[in-house]
Amino acid sequence: MTSTGQQNLFAEADPKMAADKKSPDKTEKPTPPPPTRDKTQKRAETAESMGQRQREISVSEFFTKNRHLLGFDSPRKALLTAVKEAVDNSLDACEEARIQPDLKVKISRIGTSEKQFTVTVEDNGPGIVKAQVPNVFGRLLYGSKFHRLRQSRGQQGIGISAAGMYGLLTTGNPVRVRTKPGKKSVPLYFEITIDTAKNRPDFTDKAIEWEKDHGTEVSIDLEGEYRRGQKSVEEFLKLMAVANPHVWLHYTDPDGNVTEYQRGTKELPPEVDEIKPHPHGVELGILLKMVGESENRTTSAFLQEDFSRVGPTVAKEICEKAGIKPETNPRRLDSADVAKIKAAIDATKIMAPPLSCIAPIGEELIITGLKKEVEADFYVATSRKPVVYRGHPFAIEVGIAYGKPGDTLHMTDSGKIVEVAAKKNENQEVLMGAADEPVRLIRFANRVPLVFQQSACAISKAVIDCNWKNYGLTQPRGALPIGPMVIFVHFASVWVPFTSEAKEAIASYDEILEELRLALMDAGRKLGIHVRKGKKLASEFKKRNYIEVYIPHLVVALKDILKLDEKEAAKARDNLTVVLEKSRKL
Amino acid sequence: MAAKKFVPKPQPKKKDRGPFSDLDKVTLREIANCATQVHAAIRAQGKPELKFPDRSLKNARYDKKDGYFVMGRSRVERTLSVNTVKSFAQTLKMMALSQQLVDEDDFATKREAYYVSKNWEEAKFDEQPESDAAMDDIEALFSLEGVMREHLRFKADEHGGKVAGQLVVLDRDRETGRPLRIDCTGFGSGAYSIPTSVEHLGFETKAKFILVIETIGMFERLSQHSYWKTANCILIGTAGVPTRATRRFVRKLADAHKLPVYAFNDCDPYAFSNIYRTLKVGSGNAVHLNQFFCVPQARFLGVSPQDIVDYELPTHALKDVDIKRAQDMLKNDPFFQAHKEWQKAIEMMLKSGQRAEQQALAKHGLNFVIEEYLPQKLKEASKFLP
Repeated sequence: MTSTGQQNLFAEADPKMAADKKSPDKTEKPTPPPPTRDKTQKRAETAESMGQRQREISVSEFFTKNRHLLGFDSPRKALLTAVKEAVDNSLDACEEARIQPDLKVKISRIGTSEKQFTVTVEDNGPGIVKAQVPNVFGRLLYGSKFHRLRQSRGQQGIGISAAGMYGLLTTGNPVRVRTKPGKKSVPLYFEITIDTAKNRPDFTDKAIEWEKDHGTEVSIDLEGEYRRGQKSVEEFLKLMAVANPHVWLHYTDPDGNVTEYQRGTKELPPEVDEIKPHPHGVELGILLKMVGESENRTTSAFLQEDFSRVGPTVAKEICEKAGIKPETNPRRLDSADVAKIKAAIDATKIMAPPLSCIAPIGEELIITGLKKEVEADFYVATSRKPVVYRGHPFAIEVGIAYGKPGDTLHMTDSGKIVEVAAKKNENQEVLMGAADEPVRLIRFANRVPLVFQQSACAISKAVIDCNWKNYGLTQPRGALPIGPMVIFVHFASVWVPFTSEAKEAIASYDEILEELRLALMDAGRKLGIHVRKGKKLASEFKKRNYIEVYIPHLVVALKDILKLDEKEAAKARDNLTVVLEKSRKL
Repeated sequence: MAAKKFVPKPQPKKKDRGPFSDLDKVTLREIANCATQVHAAIRAQGKPELKFPDRSLKNARYDKKDGYFVMGRSRVERTLSVNTVKSFAQTLKMMALSQQLVDEDDFATKREAYYVSKNWEEAKFDEQPESDAAMDDIEALFSLEGVMREHLRFKADEHGGKVAGQLVVLDRDRETGRPLRIDCTGFGSGAYSIPTSVEHLGFETKAKFILVIETIGMFERLSQHSYWKTANCILIGTAGVPTRATRRFVRKLADAHKLPVYAFNDCDPYAFSNIYRTLKVGSGNAVHLNQFFCVPQARFLGVSPQDIVDYELPTHALKDVDIKRAQDMLKNDPFFQAHKEWQKAIEMMLKSGQRAEQQALAKHGLNFVIEEYLPQKLKEASKFLP
């Protein structure tokens, strides 16, 4: 059992790549080999010696070299990522404990520095037990979320500790944590640093006083850059408030300005079931790992117990197709056997995974969230039923806020058309653009705003591919439609297929694109009705203005020719207005 | 200090305008009738409407016997609505202006009327063709009662045609009212210019025919070389489509002295339809007054498609718009439909795909037109296209 499936994969891939590189060279240029060929040959010759140099690297070390993968590539982004990871953690914890989340986010400058900041996020969550605090904040890939399939914000348990590590690397200061797991527990204060070579936390802790029933507060010192506007912390928090109307959020910026995002609902997102992986969603590498870790004694039991939707019949069918006895102890399976099982799974029809594990926001709350944060004339939302991609259930939701108050018209009950006045804008971050600007697309995965890499995301692709002209908007080829509009798209799933660990863009699987398309079309149709109505109203308004301009001239001419008196002229004017305006139908 | 804003002095109303003529009375009555009708509809909370004669070729009938286009019965109804409210207001404003002009015994040229409209704020005309169209509408509306533009006190401001040759025009001095004799042989290198109003003119002539020439270039060549003397004729240069006054002038002159009228044009669809046909039978647009403004005795001397062949003239290819126009002439123009000879000529032109200009005759020498072409053609005047 020395060779694992993954190693096999690489072993296959390598010579193939080498062959690909070599063959065109050979056919096209038989004469002196070009330098590239020299290089490949040289590498092939030293492959074994390279093998000797290969050794395990710690994830922490990996991070220090690849921090861009985790969202810490620029100081500005690092500040936002740290806030985002801490907020994600707090909200997940509160919701799991069924607590209405109250969050306080604060960014402050360290001294007078414009480059170093302290990010503090405080929640009223369930707190963390003493033994786990160092692991949660001081160890990468440690957490409760990676080992299970459950719709939650964080997924890999990499975020908050990565933020801590980034802080440590850029300022040398430890992560500071205050936590109190319950009313009667003693609040504890931790200072945590990370041994980047061993992926192991070093910490000190002590008991403190903390006026709070329960909750956690984490403070990270880090190098960052604070700027307002697009892709700022403010924008992120506002988006967070849109998709999480059940959260109360208090934000203090580095200049001491306070913004409060009020709760729009007291309803917490419904509790979701944790599910076991569905066989169709499991990759070979994961399957190998599961086989090795299984506590079941037979392959049949392993298939039934460790996966969802596998019963005795399906288990039997898989074993038969793979040519493996159902009684075989899974730990005895070698990688070739596992590959066979994987092939057998793919060839077997298995019921779709249970969809109870998906908690969409729901049309009503999407509209609540949008109304709360985006001032518009018209709101619509569509929440699709969960479906499955590659064994993972997911659901797509779309919300649209359209039209700037003040730019639009309204017809009164008496049939008069009036302009709607704009309300005074309270929040400084305005999500909606002008009528001649591209629409604003706001993307969410499991209620977390996706701020970066918009163009790489399946959501953007689906929005661009949608024909918005059908719904009364203009749309340049291959671009977002134009108009005063915010498109909200939420992707809810037990496993969000991000294109990178920074969790910024969703991968374009066909099933996902199709669901996005259907959801956008549904919301678009409803929007179209509104837009067309608005256009009709606008054109009618224009016509009525037009009529009103010319009626007086017509009357003056009649007055001149027929020598009418003022009274008669006024009557003619009134009658004409009635005839031309009131008789018009919409 | 800012420049002082110009404030025009209020113009005193003309005092004694003298008694209204019968025609003036008709004009005022018609204007009042029309406005009363509109007002009555408004008072009844209904939608007023105006019925204008259809001023288009579709509504023109060619009467071979009379020799000009007459108006059919088709009417265009313009009901007051969002789309018509502006032109409705403008039409009534225009009538009010006309009424004022009659009241004050004054007149306005088309261009002047257009500028007067600039006082009408939103109801002003943006371009002169719009005000001309409104004027034509009113004229057409009242033409049913025998009222013409001149009676509405609107005058054309189009250029008059040029005249040279054996003709004495009898006019009056505007101030003294003394008779004037204008000898059209005596303009040297210039020419007599036809006034916008010709009704009062008289003629003395011993010429044998009138030659109406499309281009001023050709007119000048013939005039400078005193072709009128050699051929004993009257030359009239129209510079494109002959204006109403020019047409009326030729008509009056030809009627008074029973002179044949020959048209000398380019050889292309525009020259046939827009220039020659308008001269002879009038236009679709002014179909309501063709009776007076056409020259039914006119005949087409050249340049004909056959001339291109006979005289081996250099040509240009017909443009797309030419071809379209020619096809339209064959299909829709009652005048060409009534004359087989014209249909043949147009088909010949379409088949060759070529057009020629009057000046193309210069290929055979600058004065070839005087020495050879015209004398030869005139020998066989009966062969001219109708």
